[in-house]
Amino acid sequence: MNSRHTDHATRAEKFNLDESRVDWHDKTLWFIREKRDKAAWQIPEWEQLRETASQIKNNVLSNLHDYLIEFEKNAQKNGATVHWASTPAEHNKIVLDIIKQAGARNIVKSKSMLTEECHLNEYLTAHGIDVVDTDLGERIVQLAGEPPSHIVLPCIHWKKEEIGELFHQELGTPKGNADPQLLTNAARLNLRNHFMTSRVAITGVNFAVAETGEIVVCTNEGNADLGVQLADVHIACMGLEKIIPRRKHLGVFLRLLARSATGQPITTYSSHFKKPREGQQWHIVLLDNGRSERLGSNDFRNALKCIRCAACFNTCPVYRRSGGHSYHTTVAGPIGSILAPGLDMKKNADLPFASTLCGSCSNVCPVKIDIHDQLYKWRQVLVRNGHVSAIKAIGMKGMAAVLSYPFIYNTSGSLGRWIMRYFPFLFSNRANLWYKQREMPKAPEKSFREWYIKNRKKK
Amino acid sequence: MNSRDRILERIKKNLPQESPLPSVDINTNFSDLKEKFKATLTSIGGTAIEVTDWSHIKNYIQLNYLDTDQVISTAPQLNFKAHTFKNDPRALERIKISILQGSFGVAENGAVWITDTHMGDRVLPFINEHLALVINEKDIVSTLHQAYEKIDLINYSLGVFIAGPSKTADIEQSLVLGAHGAKSLVVFLMT
Amino acid sequence: MTVSLFVPCYIDQFYPKVAIATLELLEKLDVDVIYPEKQTCCGQPMANAGFEQLTRGCNSLFIDNFSACDYIVCPSGSCVLHIKNHLHADGQEHKAHSIQSKVFELTEFLTDVLQVKSLSANFNHKVGLHQSCHGQRGLNLSQMSELVASPFSKTTHLLKMVNGLKLVPLNRHDECCGFGGTFCVTEEAVSVKMGKDRLRDHVENGAEYITASDMSCLMHLDGILRRQKSKVNVIHIAEILNSSKSKLI
Repeated sequence: MNSRHTDHATRAEKFNLDESRVDWHDKTLWFIREKRDKAAWQIPEWEQLRETASQIKNNVLSNLHDYLIEFEKNAQKNGATVHWASTPAEHNKIVLDIIKQAGARNIVKSKSMLTEECHLNEYLTAHGIDVVDTDLGERIVQLAGEPPSHIVLPCIHWKKEEIGELFHQELGTPKGNADPQLLTNAARLNLRNHFMTSRVAITGVNFAVAETGEIVVCTNEGNADLGVQLADVHIACMGLEKIIPRRKHLGVFLRLLARSATGQPITTYSSHFKKPREGQQWHIVLLDNGRSERLGSNDFRNALKCIRCAACFNTCPVYRRSGGHSYHTTVAGPIGSILAPGLDMKKNADLPFASTLCGSCSNVCPVKIDIHDQLYKWRQVLVRNGHVSAIKAIGMKGMAAVLSYPFIYNTSGSLGRWIMRYFPFLFSNRANLWYKQREMPKAPEKSFREWYIKNRKKK
Repeated sequence: MNSRDRILERIKKNLPQESPLPSVDINTNFSDLKEKFKATLTSIGGTAIEVTDWSHIKNYIQLNYLDTDQVISTAPQLNFKAHTFKNDPRALERIKISILQGSFGVAENGAVWITDTHMGDRVLPFINEHLALVINEKDIVSTLHQAYEKIDLINYSLGVFIAGPSKTADIEQSLVLGAHGAKSLVVFLMT
Repeated sequence: MTVSLFVPCYIDQFYPKVAIATLELLEKLDVDVIYPEKQTCCGQPMANAGFEQLTRGCNSLFIDNFSACDYIVCPSGSCVLHIKNHLHADGQEHKAHSIQSKVFELTEFLTDVLQVKSLSANFNHKVGLHQSCHGQRGLNLSQMSELVASPFSKTTHLLKMVNGLKLVPLNRHDECCGFGGTFCVTEEAVSVKMGKDRLRDHVENGAEYITASDMSCLMHLDGILRRQKSKVNVIHIAEILNSSKSKLI
């Protein structure tokens, strides 16, 4: 599809055509940022928690090999079958094989950004499996045929009237009804049917504990739990980096996760799956997909600490005014902009530039990922690898040449200002992107240097 | 070489310099645990009810759920149909409220820890319209750090923190209580 | 103490009055100021655009111009932050480090080094303070709203010394204005929308002037204000702190 190849700037420009909608999207997400602030301020030791979480994750990365083996051993002892997948294709095949072996044709899935990363739904559907996303937000975008625009609030870009219309068409709710309570209830009834009839349930994994071989899944809706407890087979899909060393570390991460994500002290359900129900099959699928490579990068390794809370999305002034779909990648926002180029540099070369490097993201991140520093570093990598437009490269080379020589700089400066004063139309026209919605700065007669030489320099 | 070995080999090759594990010594303690728990639970949409014995719970249930065929509990002190519905989700689904024993509560977030030992059927905490959990008032800890110290002493196959009724704000950030799990949650605090 | 004045390239070319105000202010505070005439640019516009490897010329020039002095003072948080984080030069790393340790943005120089207690400045207007991101989050000129930490603000501390100045409260006190270097043209739609939203916040809260420690933010906001034909004006903090009864802004 063409839209895959339009860059962030083009998509964001389109998003901004409807200014009142941008205001609504921005306000909604800023409100969540404020809720996060309120929750964080209730914890005097908040910054200590962030530092502790950051150090735990640093330790995980430096011992990832041993922790993964420890987790696998303990999970197997608990009755899980552990699978390893290098690529999304391998991951999807493993999941499909498990489903086929169980003889299931319809399955339920709770929120898992990893399965989005693997485009699992499309794969399974193409192989005749009916997948129903049970998280309400995910169900909405699934019915609409769209990817989620936010990793925690998948349909934050949808207005309730639009959801009402969608539910009227898909679930038969009354036309024109946009009452969230009614719509949620309709989804509850509809999805309850799917829960009762699905023999296989797929979940994500928020945390996997090496010490005990258990996994933790956090939801507000209870959809992961309902799915798993009514199914014969539980498939838990996780990225390699979701490991934490000891169970007691969950205390640190669970105190940070929901507060960072939505401003709640904790999600309604934090389910610790240690041993499967008697007679139930439990599969854990570990995905690499570039994570082991990224581990070797001093500059970009820290992105693996991410616990997928989306606090960086909510605080990002650019994300709030461009929307998740402008990022054309599974995980959008600031963290997405430092993950995606690692997966496909060419396709995602625009993302590290979709930022003013304001630094807000790094400072709300519960595990202290240096997001804005990595955005800067990715820019250097992308330019070195030729993923920036030729025009920009030439312009920058020209700028460097001018700025490296005082005489050229001063002469160009004088000349530039003179042209601006006497031929303003050369700059004040629509070809100049600055000028589209802003006036040009006035060009003074003298530069500071010229003023200084005239007024201050001792003769 | 299979994927597992290839992945582990790549990881081993790329491991960064050792970063030591930090100690987790955060010792927040609230002075009035019961009040803090009650206030937090209320703020997240749950209801806390103080009771002195099981008969109070029985009275509450009988007052609010006239058809006691619609009530189930795994607590031996309450005589509400427990055993016959195991592995029969369709039957369990028709129950209006389940009353289950929790292990302890957490004041900072209003959560109750419950394990499979007290669930009866693992689907019971999630499937019914209403849920009630029972804990001893003296079994409330301040934070999750202390909670995990208690959890380390409990043997379980499934353990869940349940904090309030199920909810969603996916529709334009309007909070709706009652997504897929229970629409309401009562926590009975036994003195 | 000798202070070298580091004037950002775009201030030199487009906003010389900001550099003049900085110079005059420092002189009023009995600082001996030198202006190295051969300075050009810190290299930030190229580095932020991914062209760090093109900044060698700027880096060498910077080291040549600014090695010999006690302090380097600059009326721009982002330029100072860039030097602190990214100044490198082959074979001259020790000089680069030395510069990084003595380069200051103007307001932090006033509060931390000169420890100014009072100013004879007058500015009888309602002023909105825009927290430029690099100065705030990079140089810690004031506490950022993201952290659970004690509030402080070096900029506000100085502005409170100005007679007649009334600081207006804002709804979002440290959201980015949207300038972001080449971002202002490569992501023009979002950049301008961010600027417009910042301005609405200031205007709704009664600001007559908007000030900041970075002229780049103000240049971007001013561009929008002038297009809106607004009565609100921007003014760099150096000009406010240097203002007096007799001077017309």
